[in-house]
Amino acid sequence: MTIRPITEDDLQAYVDRVLDDKRHRDVSEYLVANPEAAERVSSYRSQAAALRSALETVAREPVPSRLNLTTIAAARAPARRTGSFRLAAAAVVLLAVGATGGWIMKSYTLPPSEGVAALAQEASTSYGTFAPDRLHPVEVRADGGDRLQQFANSALGRPAAIPDLRTAGYRLMGGRVVPTAHGPALMLMYDDDKGSRLVMFTRPMALDQDKPMVATETADVRGWSWAKNGLGYSLVGSLPHADLHSIANVARSQI
Amino acid sequence: MNDLLSQVEPMIPALRRYARGLVRDAESADDIVQDCLERVVLNWSRRHDDNPRSWVFAILHNLAVNKLRQDARRAGSVPIEDAPETVGARSPTQEDAIYGGEVMAAIERLPPDYRSILLLVSVEDLSYAEAGKVLEIPLGTVMSRLARARERLRSILENERPRTSTAGSYIRRVK
Repeated sequence: MTIRPITEDDLQAYVDRVLDDKRHRDVSEYLVANPEAAERVSSYRSQAAALRSALETVAREPVPSRLNLTTIAAARAPARRTGSFRLAAAAVVLLAVGATGGWIMKSYTLPPSEGVAALAQEASTSYGTFAPDRLHPVEVRADGGDRLQQFANSALGRPAAIPDLRTAGYRLMGGRVVPTAHGPALMLMYDDDKGSRLVMFTRPMALDQDKPMVATETADVRGWSWAKNGLGYSLVGSLPHADLHSIANVARSQI
Repeated sequence: MNDLLSQVEPMIPALRRYARGLVRDAESADDIVQDCLERVVLNWSRRHDDNPRSWVFAILHNLAVNKLRQDARRAGSVPIEDAPETVGARSPTQEDAIYGGEVMAAIERLPPDYRSILLLVSVEDLSYAEAGKVLEIPLGTVMSRLARARERLRSILENERPRTSTAGSYIRRVK
């Protein structure tokens, strides 16, 4: 019986152990008689083993929370529901406005332009824009070093507070600079590793330089805002007011 | 939705490993996996491929290759093959174990095409047909690319000692 000539493809398949038994034996015999090919095959097998073991640690690492497929899938589905709910809510408001007359329209549609109310508005807009962003929610990551602190200081042009919310179950992800009508603001983002995020928003205040904490709400984003020594702070998220309040107190106690 | 979770979730460690092999930086690699998972969620009901593994890996592969291209453009495009040598002057012999750091440094010097075929076949255990689907190349190209990639990696690992005795002596099926 004649053996089909051994091909390079056979050698590769031999390396990967995917030949059938008969062909595998043929190649084994061939390799005994061809030490150079045998050396290549053995080198290819050891490089494959080295690659596997070098990357094995990655596959064994716990999967980071941002790659939680359940969260990613869930973030897709309710997003549409919220959208239509918002539209319905807006329609109700417009109907009410139409019914009560055009003269109060201005105060309903124009966002507050000054003070803590404006700050809260900016904070919830930033939350709405960046919290659902799974790719680049922050510009500078919190990496344990002082890079984020330096970034925050230069964003506000003065020493910035970066509250630690770990006691409330929220881990600091990082921050970014957000432009507002009142100059650049610092946005810090926190995550509870279960898909819930909070935004802490800080910027210098022209009005309301010192102001006690007030609750704010826009659409389905709630928040607590206050001002101290010329800087305004707003902590916003999708949590109930009471939960946010205790977290905001944790933040305020560190400022 | 449930089959999405049951079929794709177990792949995530392997997806991270493949991305890390192609794009060394851990954060960038996970960014790509995240992007991939979002696309998988969006397009799951519209997939035509009945093999979810090669379908998901193909999405990941294309995102990773785009990222590598962007990086190359930004870096003033030093082709990976021409990058300066980083492997030490030591000439490992056949008996030497190939250490992880060494082999990772070596595959980084391979062109992305070679790196991906090695990772898909040797690390991810994809069949040749599955690897062909991921890379969108015919089976014959899978085999020849795999052979070239392995030989290139071997010569890098052996510090590019001239190997005239074996070069050119392969028996290759002419297609």
